[in-house]
Amino acid sequence: MSLRNKAVIVGVGESDIGKMPHMTGLGLNAQAAKRAIDDAGLKVSDIDGLLTAYSFTEPYFMLGTVMAEYLGLKPRFCASMIVGGASPAAMLHHAAMAVAQGQCNTVLVCAGENRATGMTRDEAVAALAAVGHPYFEAPYGASIPALYALIAQRYMHEFGLSREALASVAVMARRHAGLHPNAHMRKPITAADVLNAKPIAEPLTMLDCCLISDAGGAFIVTSPERARDLPCKPAYLLGIGECHTHEHLLCADSLTRFGAVESGRAAYAMAGLGPKDMDLAQLYDCFTIVPIIELEELGFCAQGEGGAFFAAGKTGIHGELPVNTHGGMLSHAHAGAVGGLMGIVEAVRQLRGGLGERQVPNAEVALVHNEGGILSSHCTAILGMQPR
Amino acid sequence: MTTIPKFAAGNADSKPYWEAAQQGRLVFKKCLACGQIQFPPRHLCPKCWSDRSEWVTSAGTGRVYSYSIVRRAPSPAHAGKVPYVLAVVDLDDAPRMVTNIVGEDALGVKIGDAVKVVFEACDGGAIPQFQRALK
Repeated sequence: MSLRNKAVIVGVGESDIGKMPHMTGLGLNAQAAKRAIDDAGLKVSDIDGLLTAYSFTEPYFMLGTVMAEYLGLKPRFCASMIVGGASPAAMLHHAAMAVAQGQCNTVLVCAGENRATGMTRDEAVAALAAVGHPYFEAPYGASIPALYALIAQRYMHEFGLSREALASVAVMARRHAGLHPNAHMRKPITAADVLNAKPIAEPLTMLDCCLISDAGGAFIVTSPERARDLPCKPAYLLGIGECHTHEHLLCADSLTRFGAVESGRAAYAMAGLGPKDMDLAQLYDCFTIVPIIELEELGFCAQGEGGAFFAAGKTGIHGELPVNTHGGMLSHAHAGAVGGLMGIVEAVRQLRGGLGERQVPNAEVALVHNEGGILSSHCTAILGMQPR
Repeated sequence: MTTIPKFAAGNADSKPYWEAAQQGRLVFKKCLACGQIQFPPRHLCPKCWSDRSEWVTSAGTGRVYSYSIVRRAPSPAHAGKVPYVLAVVDLDDAPRMVTNIVGEDALGVKIGDAVKVVFEACDGGAIPQFQRALK
């Protein structure tokens, strides 16, 4: 059964973002959930499904059930999903399946944690190293930035990507974050700032790496029928697809070809649309190299041309394909699985319109891509204001 | 300099790998049904699901496919080593490994460099790493 037009996102919310020492990770989720419910015009009692992801800062085991308990919900559909950064789009996929099959009517999807103040930067880096293989990568000091740096280095070698073009991804993200009132980092940066930032794992510097924020995000999935009498404008799920090729980098078939090709193809096929039909894209950007690869794998430009696409300014608000209009994980927020979730929140907001300077003109169809691990788990979603 | 996690050395899938490393040999599990050399070692072949396999010794030579000079370590165990080289090495007779390039000239590493395995004793075990081959 195709999920096209079978589910809609009716409410979106983000917590306060930045350093929030007065908030717990669950509290940030709850704040975002309350804002999403209010945005949708729903009552708490309407929620009968809940999905969340994972947390490095909270000690709980059954996080989905814990989240429901914290919010005072007794859902009939509930789980915590762990496919890394791909979790939010994958949760959208699962929520849409549950709604389309009548397993429940209205699903709250939320994620996030207090990663900036709930743990030290060293603790965060050490915890994240768990994404690497515990026996065959970790003993070599394979940090997450270093594993992505291996991909960046090979890409630069094979396709002649310049360091400056790589930096332009971070510069554009910051420019967009400057237009977002809730973004974590809004002070403009230049390519020189990126190149001269503290080196982390060559060729990546601190400004090539996503933020460590306190942040929570939420969205609400329901049926088009249920959305009919709600005050908000629903965003239709037009297409969605996943592909999971490996977890650990050493098991990846290739360091230059990943599963976004397959997840993108599946999403386009379900929607009956192609890359040229997309008015904007929210691409996962844990490191600057990642949206360059995604841009190519999702068909927006040829392999090897993603860096030039960014460097030429084509991803700006008024460019050929606006990308990460909220500032992405590089500048808006990142904490746990919330990075990719904010891409979904921003896509819905862009489709509804009215964002002022940040608004992409005539935005009717948006693509969101989430990836988890080391370009391991991929999920692509296509959203639109009209059913198709 | 590097610490092998104790759980790694004792893992049922990989115990022969670490025992061989301690004796200065790099070994891989080879499928007796389809010939696939698998890494990391598993209970069955990820290509054909045969559970019949043997351990074979690699010549330990290969080339650098990619590398990164790491300047911020992920754990206290590696903090004293920075800067160090994390690399992807394609072995001539076995699969790809994520490893370190070590030796005096390690920081001069380039993609395509020929490398050879070396074993560094550490914490009651040994860990396979690679050195750039002499020209």
